[in-house]
Amino acid sequence: MKNEMSRIVRTVTTLIYGFIIVYGFYVIAHGHLTPGGGFQGGAIAASAFALLVVTYGDQGVKDFLKKDILSLVESTGLVLFIAFAFFGLGVTFFYNFMANSGGLFGNSAIIGINPGDLNTGGTIPIMNIAVGLEVLAALGVIILTMSAGSKNTKKKENS
Amino acid sequence: MSLLVSFAHIAVLVIMIIAAFLAVMFKDLLPAVIALAVVSLLLSLEFYLLHAPDVAIAEAGIGAALTMAIYIFAIRATRK
Repeated sequence: MKNEMSRIVRTVTTLIYGFIIVYGFYVIAHGHLTPGGGFQGGAIAASAFALLVVTYGDQGVKDFLKKDILSLVESTGLVLFIAFAFFGLGVTFFYNFMANSGGLFGNSAIIGINPGDLNTGGTIPIMNIAVGLEVLAALGVIILTMSAGSKNTKKKENS
Repeated sequence: MSLLVSFAHIAVLVIMIIAAFLAVMFKDLLPAVIALAVVSLLLSLEFYLLHAPDVAIAEAGIGAALTMAIYIFAIRATRK
C-alpha cells in the first residue's frame, strides 16, 4: 500500500496549499470587518494541512507539521485569549480596554457605508488571532493523530 | 430576482438530496465519501443563499474538507 497519492494530486497540492493558508490568515485578520473570524479562518488553514497530510502521508510532512509545535501553538492561543480577557478586569472580565484608545487597533469605527478600517476593534482582532491559532493548531493535531491511528489500524489488520 | 433566488434554493436542495442518495447507494467507498462532500458543499451554498456567510465558511471548511480527509484516512486503513 502506497501512502502517497498520484503525481497530479501532488503537483496541485504543492501549487495551492500556500494560497489556502494565506486565505485562512486573511479571514482571521479581517474577522472584525468581514464574515468569518478566528474559528472559520483556522478551519480553512487546517484544511490546507489536511490536504498536505492526505497527499503526502504523515511521514512526508514530518518536517513541516510537528505535533509538539502545534500543541505549543494551541496552548499559546488559549493563554493569549484568557490573558486579554483578564487584562480588562479593571472594569469587567472581557472589557475591551483597547477600543478607541488611539494605539494598536485603537481607531474609532467610522459610521456609515465605508470599506472598513483594519485598525479598529480593540481587543477583538487580538482575540480573533488567538482563537485562529488555537483552532488551526488543534485541528492540525487532530488530523495528524487520525492519520497515525489509521496507520496503526492497517498494520494490525494486515498482521 | 426573487423568482431566481427561489429557483436556486429548489435546485440546490434537489441536487443535495440526489447526492445524499448516491452516497448511500455507491458500492465503492471513495465515491460515496465524495458524494457526502458534495452534500456538505451544497449545504454551504444554501447557507450562503440564506444570507449566513459566517456559517457557510465554517460548513465549507469543516464539513467539506476536514471530515472528508478523516474519512479518507479511515478508508485507507481498511482492506477491501
